[in-house]
Amino acid sequence: MAFSYSSFVSGGLGKQLASSLGLPQPSRLRRHDPKKSLIPGAVLVAGHDEAPLVPQVRTWLEAARVAVATVPSTSVAGVVVDLTGIESPEDLETLRATVAPALKTLQGSGRIIVLGRPPESATSVEQAAARRAVEGIVRSIGKEMRAGGTANTVLVEEGADTGLEATLRFLLSGRSAYVDAQVIRVAAPVADPVVPADWATPLADKVAVVTGAARGIGAAIAEVLARDGATVVCVDIPAAGGPLADVANRLGGSALQLDVTAEDAGERIVEHAVSRHGGIDIVVHNAGITRDKLLANMDAERWHSVVDVNLLSILRMNTALVPALNQGGHIVNVASIAGIAGNRGQTNYAASKAGVIGMTTALAQDAEVLAKGITVNAVAPGFIVTEMTAKVPFATREVGALMNSLSQGGLPIDVAETIGWFCWDANRAVTGNTVRVCGQMLLGA
Amino acid sequence: MPTPAPTTSSTPRRAAVLGGNRIPFARQFGPYAEASNQDMLTAAIDGLVARYGLAGERLGEVVAGAVIKHSRDFNLARESVLGSALAPTTPAYDVQQACGTGLQAAILLANKIALGQVDSGLAGGVDTSSDAPITVSEKLRIKLLKVNRAKGAKNQLLALTGIRPTDFGIETPSNGEPRTGLSMGEHMAQTAKRWGITREAQDELAMTSHHNLAAAYDRGFQDDLVTSFRGLSRDQNLRPDSSMEKLATLKPAFGKGENATMTAGNSTPLTDGASVVLMGSEEWAAEHGLTVQAWFVDAETAAVDYVHGAEGLLMAPTYAVPRLLARQGLTLQDFDYYEIHEAFAATVLSTLKAWEDEDFCRDRLGLEAPLGSIDRSKLNVNGSSLAAGHPFAATGGRIVAALAKMLHEKGPGSRGLISICAAGGQGVVAILEGA
Repeated sequence: MAFSYSSFVSGGLGKQLASSLGLPQPSRLRRHDPKKSLIPGAVLVAGHDEAPLVPQVRTWLEAARVAVATVPSTSVAGVVVDLTGIESPEDLETLRATVAPALKTLQGSGRIIVLGRPPESATSVEQAAARRAVEGIVRSIGKEMRAGGTANTVLVEEGADTGLEATLRFLLSGRSAYVDAQVIRVAAPVADPVVPADWATPLADKVAVVTGAARGIGAAIAEVLARDGATVVCVDIPAAGGPLADVANRLGGSALQLDVTAEDAGERIVEHAVSRHGGIDIVVHNAGITRDKLLANMDAERWHSVVDVNLLSILRMNTALVPALNQGGHIVNVASIAGIAGNRGQTNYAASKAGVIGMTTALAQDAEVLAKGITVNAVAPGFIVTEMTAKVPFATREVGALMNSLSQGGLPIDVAETIGWFCWDANRAVTGNTVRVCGQMLLGA
Repeated sequence: MPTPAPTTSSTPRRAAVLGGNRIPFARQFGPYAEASNQDMLTAAIDGLVARYGLAGERLGEVVAGAVIKHSRDFNLARESVLGSALAPTTPAYDVQQACGTGLQAAILLANKIALGQVDSGLAGGVDTSSDAPITVSEKLRIKLLKVNRAKGAKNQLLALTGIRPTDFGIETPSNGEPRTGLSMGEHMAQTAKRWGITREAQDELAMTSHHNLAAAYDRGFQDDLVTSFRGLSRDQNLRPDSSMEKLATLKPAFGKGENATMTAGNSTPLTDGASVVLMGSEEWAAEHGLTVQAWFVDAETAAVDYVHGAEGLLMAPTYAVPRLLARQGLTLQDFDYYEIHEAFAATVLSTLKAWEDEDFCRDRLGLEAPLGSIDRSKLNVNGSSLAAGHPFAATGGRIVAALAKMLHEKGPGSRGLISICAAGGQGVVAILEGA
């Protein structure tokens, strides 16, 4: 195994050294464990003025058997602040007054969740300024958090309050371990949300298709969807057939070997999923490639193959997949931090991944998609530790892994958990979002 | 007294071919040099289980075999099942009929399905020419057994002293015929000469096989027939750029003088690989959301007396096919596809020529008229053993799965004929019908 900074400083001499030199010391992040409670401690719930969401949040937490705290001084595992009622920047004092004392005693892998309203729908300039200010505060809190803690903003549209439950559960849980400083938008649900019979298996009886499922992030996605109850059709190119079969057999799913760039790829996926498993509820477009070269040296082949696999193939497949998706289905696209921040030597890759984000926003608003109650979202992974990154030179890899607020690279499961949450039928109020799974990476923030 | 209702098992039902899987075939001592028969058969099963979503499923049975086998692999099929993703409650057994093993396994399974004895199963085969069993010389083997029998250290030492340096020797399996001492290629060279098969015709058949298989991969035909293994995702022997010019440069490998027309290019190389076919009843297929690709209609096995020179070693299929056609009331021309196993290019060409020959058909096959010629554009249209390679017991499964898919694409009622020659002067043939 490659030497890693994180494991070096996690104990013994390395730990002493890092501590005396003031080097970053990444914490072990709390990750989802179906056998454990949503969050290992009480959650402080507070809000400004009337705080319309507070009663609802309390009810949800109690239903999830999470203790609710009201006093800022007690040690808590998370804080939820309802700022949906703010009118002017002066009202932001509520956030300072609530969060500041809690931060000092917050448990490891703590959670700060600030609820606001979209600045665009503000009724006054003061209100818009105040609403926009929330994002700045939360992003800064993210950088000040210690011990694996995260801070995220949820902008809840007026009248869409009930759609918040799934997102609140996700953010409090270990599923969101590497999701930090994000702004998630909760809107009116595209179809009636369905609360699962058992929150441990929110995808029970669902059929999911995952492309690029043979290894790395794709295999982790397939694994999480299967763990959460779905039957997974694992898709990858024939050259990856051996590992693909292992993944499919381990998860009790099925394997479909095809090149996503084939003209009939979408039809073949539909035929397989419908004939074998009776339909499709979830599609995760994860398959992707890189062919890095500085633009000055980039040939047409490298350019085209990346754009074709990472973007054009999804557009083509969706023409077959969208009509075939069951009512209330979910589409998730895997974008990349490179599509947001750009990356040297990756103009082709960045083009494709930024395009995926654009496609996500537009498809979420597509008439057919809306009529079928389908959500469309994207994840943009930051530095994720995979077999692929293990081959990156040591210095580049370790610096890449440290350049974020959590001082460590994420794991494939972190990307997978975010995708899983997008696919819950309880989560039909989140669509058109691109959520970064990057530990608040310094790039493109 | 009312007559008892017939039980379902008393009425034969149709056996369906539902799909198949194989690993790419590798050349001897290639990427699978260190893979055992069990490794390869397990991989072929696991690829199929994944493709059809059968993890944890109990199938009626798995029947498979290998031609070259270690003695420890006495329960090869069962051991492979236990190492696979299938339910460990799936029974399995081994069969062996030289190169006919894979197809004969499919016949056995089809019959059990037809009789209602099982509802589903896998038929297949595997062979390695790389991880071959090695035996010691016969003299040494007998003396070592004697040592093993001896009681007490003293007696054992005494028995050991009986071993002489000249006793040492190792033997690897050969593809020579035990009763003639001739290799299969040498036998084939005799038949090729008998039928006047030219070098050019053989090279052309070989080239076509490569081109057809390469095209099949390129258009994605193999996407649901093959699962990659140990870094190989296409058959290692496949040469998409095969040409008459290149084939013409090869020196003859079998036969003598002017009649030496057989080369390494128009003969199958030694290869490693495995294949399995999923078969079941119509009901079982429907319950599992699987599409029937083809029906396993009928099969016939023949053998010839090659030992006394009455017939060529690999000519048994020419006898099996007319019997099968007569039973089914069909002519040789009633098929959409012909899958004639390319042990050697000359095997296929001799077989076709024999069926066109009036004297042969009358004197040997007892037919009033020759079977006639076939439309060569329907022959081995997605390549055959010359291109893919021929891990002996794995060839039957390769052909059954590919033909079933071709017939399904062609449509219901389409027909395909399989012909496979085997060592010992045997031939196994079968008919599939598209569903």
